[in-house]
Amino acid sequence: MSKAEVILLDCWISPFCMRVKIALEEKGVAYESQAEDLFGGKSELLLTSNPHGKVPVLLHNAKPVSESAIIVAYIDETWSSSPLLPPCAYGRAQARFWADYIDKKVFDAGKAIFMSKGEAVEVGKKDFIEIIKTLENALGDKDFFNGDTFGFVDIIGIAMTSWFPAYEKFGSFKLEDHCPKFSAWIKRSSQRESVAKVIPEAEKVIEFVTMFRKMMGAED
Amino acid sequence: MADEVVLLDFWPSPFGMRLRIALAEKGIKHEYKEEDLKNKSPLLLKSNPVHKKIPVLIHNGKPVSESLIALQYIDETWNDNAPLLPSDPYLRSQAKFWAEFVDKKVADFGRKVCMTKGEEQEAAKNGLLDCIELLEGELGEKPYFGGETLGFVDVTLVPCYGWLSVYEKFGNFSIEAEHPVFIAWGKRCLQKKSVSKSLPDQQKLYDFVVQLRKRHEIE
Repeated sequence: MSKAEVILLDCWISPFCMRVKIALEEKGVAYESQAEDLFGGKSELLLTSNPHGKVPVLLHNAKPVSESAIIVAYIDETWSSSPLLPPCAYGRAQARFWADYIDKKVFDAGKAIFMSKGEAVEVGKKDFIEIIKTLENALGDKDFFNGDTFGFVDIIGIAMTSWFPAYEKFGSFKLEDHCPKFSAWIKRSSQRESVAKVIPEAEKVIEFVTMFRKMMGAED
Repeated sequence: MADEVVLLDFWPSPFGMRLRIALAEKGIKHEYKEEDLKNKSPLLLKSNPVHKKIPVLIHNGKPVSESLIALQYIDETWNDNAPLLPSDPYLRSQAKFWAEFVDKKVADFGRKVCMTKGEEQEAAKNGLLDCIELLEGELGEKPYFGGETLGFVDVTLVPCYGWLSVYEKFGNFSIEAEHPVFIAWGKRCLQKKSVSKSLPDQQKLYDFVVQLRKRHEIE
């Protein structure tokens, strides 16, 4: 096994892994990414490091941390300069609430769009836009969910937007037409070096999701 | 200025029980407000407009929703005694991992054991037993998940222990037989006043589920 201090058990297309990489990049922490083949066969290391057997897993001096939001919090606490969470307990509770909301809602709503057909796509699209509008309200007039600086909720959220080009394609819509403020936040966040480095190109994501939905049994 | 703490709750809720225990552990004076979930109060709807669910902790007028988030808030705000989370980042991440495991899996399986039948109920029973086995492994030889004292995982999980005899009755199985370590841990937690006064009477819980099943026409 690699002797690197920080290893990420990773998969390039997983938005959950992207969160961890963005956090590490933001903090300037050197790490080694070990690609897992989620379809071909998970590594022994992954299966023994995480009771759920899922990526991402962060190994810090061989000690495993699992669950992307927990990993990002761990990174924030361990490399504590430029904190990702606000200083006061109430601000942190609000940040954790919105990270939890994103976790509960966004991925499943997007999946409902690309796995459906006919009328169900329209329903999926409507639900998805409602969820993004709720997030837009939470963002308000701030540059970032964290206020003036890019923080915890921004990292949790921006990684999920990597799959939005696929939702837009299969749902035949442009999010910008419905949620301009949220789209502006996506553009603003995507200009950060950490985000630009980690999020794959839209075409590659669309190509993957096209293959993925067929594999999951979506009809056309 | 004195702190004003209000807990919006519903007596059978395992999620609400977590906050009751934490507030009792820390000796935090608060007002308990029972919600009628069929007729939610304007205060609840205003305090948790996104999910409209209990529990909600309101501290000096500011609401915190989602039980694990509120537990962390309580721990960070009243940080002078009875810490729930350790200070070491790695140990904190492990505690949060297992609390989340309990939150996502155990409560859901428990609910399904009570509210379903046939194959779905069988699957839920097996799921619950698998979870308890994994948790026993994590507990190991420690008296509590938090080590020598009640911690984040203990507070998150013990309400499910509070529902145990109800799961066993409706699921027609014995958890105690297979998992003595879990039972011993539960009994140990119940010796603490903060826990025993926060968990409802099991007969009352049983009667509640009987009514709920009738309303949902499950028999």
